Formats: sequence, C-alpha cells, structure tokens
Amino acid sequence: MDLNMDLNAPHSMGTTIIGVTYNGGVVLGADSRTSTGMYVANRASDKITQLTDNVYVCRSGSAADSQLVSDYVRYFLHQHTIQLGQPATVKVAANLIRLLSYNNKNMLETGLIVGGWDKYEGGKIYGIPLGGTLIEQPFAIGGSGSSYLYGFFDQAWKEGMTKDEAEQLVVKAVSLAIARDGASGGVVRTVVINSEGVTRNFYPGDKLQLWHEELEPQNSLLDILSSPSPEPMNI
Amino acid sequence: MNFMASKQPENSLLGPEADSQRTLYPNVTGTSVVALKYKDGILMAADMGGSYGSTLRYKNVERMKAIGKHSLLGASGEISDFQEILRYLDDLILYDNMWDDGNSLGPKEVHNYLTRLMYNRRNKFNPLWNSLVLGGIKNGEKYLGTVSMIGVNFEDDHVATGFGNHLARPILRQEWHENLSFEDGVRLLEKCMRVLLYRDRSAINKLQIAKITEEGMTISQPYSLKTYWEFSAFENPTQGAVGSW
Repeated sequence: MDLNMDLNAPHSMGTTIIGVTYNGGVVLGADSRTSTGMYVANRASDKITQLTDNVYVCRSGSAADSQLVSDYVRYFLHQHTIQLGQPATVKVAANLIRLLSYNNKNMLETGLIVGGWDKYEGGKIYGIPLGGTLIEQPFAIGGSGSSYLYGFFDQAWKEGMTKDEAEQLVVKAVSLAIARDGASGGVVRTVVINSEGVTRNFYPGDKLQLWHEELEPQNSLLDILSSPSPEPMNI
Repeated sequence: MNFMASKQPENSLLGPEADSQRTLYPNVTGTSVVALKYKDGILMAADMGGSYGSTLRYKNVERMKAIGKHSLLGASGEISDFQEILRYLDDLILYDNMWDDGNSLGPKEVHNYLTRLMYNRRNKFNPLWNSLVLGGIKNGEKYLGTVSMIGVNFEDDHVATGFGNHLARPILRQEWHENLSFEDGVRLLEKCMRVLLYRDRSAINKLQIAKITEEGMTISQPYSLKTYWEFSAFENPTQGAVGSW
C-alpha cells in the first residue's frame, strides 16, 4: 500500500453517527475519528455540529463536504430565525440540508443526521443519506460503522424511552460500532436536545464497556507480572 | 438562492464529478410498483422499502402519493428524485387550483406532464432516476399509464416497474380481466407482490395497496403477506445429491 498516496487522500470521516428520539427530545451520538486513508488525522473530532440553539447535525462522509454544508445551512438558518422572529423548526433545518445535498448530489459525499427539538413537533430526527433523500425516522444511524448496528437496533430499539435509556442506547451502539469498524474510533460524544435546552456529554474510549475479545487496559506488563498469579483452573 | 443550485464551471479542470449536469447512479432506491384497472378505478401496490445498494436500509418509505383529486403516483428508483417530482407536481396542482375555474388536472394530463419532465431530463443526460406509475379516474374514465427514466411512456390495463415487469406482468396478462371487483383486484395484486417478495432481493415484506376511485384516494395501512415454505421438496433438497444445492 502506498503511504504517500494515502496521506493525500481526502479527509473522510469513516464514522458512526446516530440520532434517536425519546419521550421529550432527541439524543445525537457520534464517534470521533477522522481519517486520511489509513492515518487517523484527528482522534478527537467533534462530528455533532450546531446549526441553531435547538438543532444539531451529525456529519459523516467527507469532512470537507459535511463542514461546508453545515456552514451554509447555519448561515441560512441564522437569517431565517431573524426573519421569522422565533427559533427555526427542525423540519426547516432538515429541508435546507436536503436542498444542498440533492442539488449538488454529483459533487458531495456526505451523509447527515439532523436532530433537534422545536415547540411544534417536539423532538425529531431526519436522515439525509447520499443523494439527498429526506426521511423522518424515530431513530437514524449512519456512517461506515452503522453497518454493524442494523441488527443491534432491530433488537434493542423501542418507542418511548426515557432520556437516560436513550443516551445509554446511543453510547452502547457507538461503542459497539467502534469495536468492529476500523474507520470509527476515539471517544463517544452525545448531545441531548429537549425543551429545557442542550447538553453535551463525553465518554472517553477507555471508559466504555469492553466487548468480545477486548481486554482490560493495563499500564504495563510489569504490573501483570508483579501481581499475584491467577487462580488454577478447575475441570 | 444561488448557493442552492449546482455550480457549473466554465473551463473545467476538475474531474468528471464537476459535470454536475449528469446523474451518475441512484443511491436510495425503491423496487417494483404494480397497478391494475378494476371496476371502480385503479388499484396500485408497492412495498415500503428504500434500499441503499444491497442494504435494506429504510423500511417505512411511502412510494405512492395522491396527486390532486384524480390521480395516484407510484414510483420506483431513486427516492430523492421521487421527492423532487412530488415538489414539481405540488407546484403544478397549486397553479391549477389557483385558476379557480372549476377545472382540475386529470390523470391523463398529469401523465403527459411527467412524460415531458422525464424525457427532457433524459435529453440533457441528467435523468430523474425513476420509473413512474400514474393511475386515476376522472368523470368515469379510468386511466393507467407509466413513464420510465428515459421517457418511454404508455398506458395499459395493468402496468409494473422494475422486477414487476418480469414477474408480475405475466401473471396479470393471464388473470386480469375487465371489471374486476375490489376483492379480486386486491388478491391479484397480492399474488404479484408475493412472487416479488420471493424472488426480488430488494423487496421487503411490508406493503401498502392504494385505491383511487371517483370518490377519492385511500391508501391502506402497512401490512405483511404470509409466505409458504413447506413444500416437501424444500425440506431436504440435497438428499439425493449431497453437496449440491
């Protein structure tokens, strides 16, 4: 593999992104890895970007494309809010993203999940995959890591969760995706949006639950050697 | 709103992607739509799947929508392009209503509009990647037509898109007849949809059947079909030839 060529490859967020509604709002979640080919360009990126006080977007795919799309939409929404005289709705934000994604479908490579809370519809999640389809969903998953989560969500999702249940589900899911997707990694970031406001949370990689064939992290082999020997096995 | 529209550079030193006036491939797609004329109007069926390549990603996509008072549009192919077509049709119907002259666009007119839309995009090498089925009834006259992404259009007593062309149409040719009852029409569509479920990889078992009559349009709640797997030949197919399939 040509290292030189890979370092010049476009910055892509392999990514795992998730948006989930619960009884009162939404929880958005994402990993934090940005890669250039095989190199991890940023191991602590923030893929959950603010569009307005009450609407955020999870970005996946090309880092540049997703940043530009969010920047334009933030700009439009700012003007829209001034003209409207009240906070923009999640639907409007999602449609603006859709317009850019659809009308530039041949040039953009970004999949987005828009989530937020407004006083008319409460918490809403909209998925806008490649191509610019707009689809409202009770929960949405995206990015390369999401391939590993379709089965998980088919089983674990339920309607009407509490805020804590929803957040725990999101953290667990991103963590599972990180375990299997090379393009996802780092920390799990979540953003909870409801009538009361917005809360950002941070779950560092080493504080997440261990999955199959993962071991408890140690400071050094020396600690293992110097500790008492393990108990003998019983047949 | 110039930011929204696709930019076309004059002297393009960029690669083929900058040729933004050309659709390359679909991303999120819907599979077959099947429709037939029956005694009181048109019956149309489509599943609720939105595939992302080979992944059955979205399972709640409504691929049939009412257009004005007299028509019903079903689409297969790229969902974002279908959503855009619905927006074009919204404008068309609104304009028609604003005349407030007692006239309203019938299915024949809407079908013609869609044909022009699809064909003109095809001529610019930037197709709307859909196969459309347009059915309706106005003043007692039933109408059922189809338009493809390259602008091929025709009307018939029964139509289908995608895999439906290969699997549903032969069934319809055998079993369709004039003045089908609602029940017979639904059963015939379900027969087609079941075969598609068995044999189309992108089909999902969650479908809707829409009906349009002189009274108006109704669309059923999403439901699933029973499937049959208990043929004795299915139980141990390789018994007589171990290692085969």
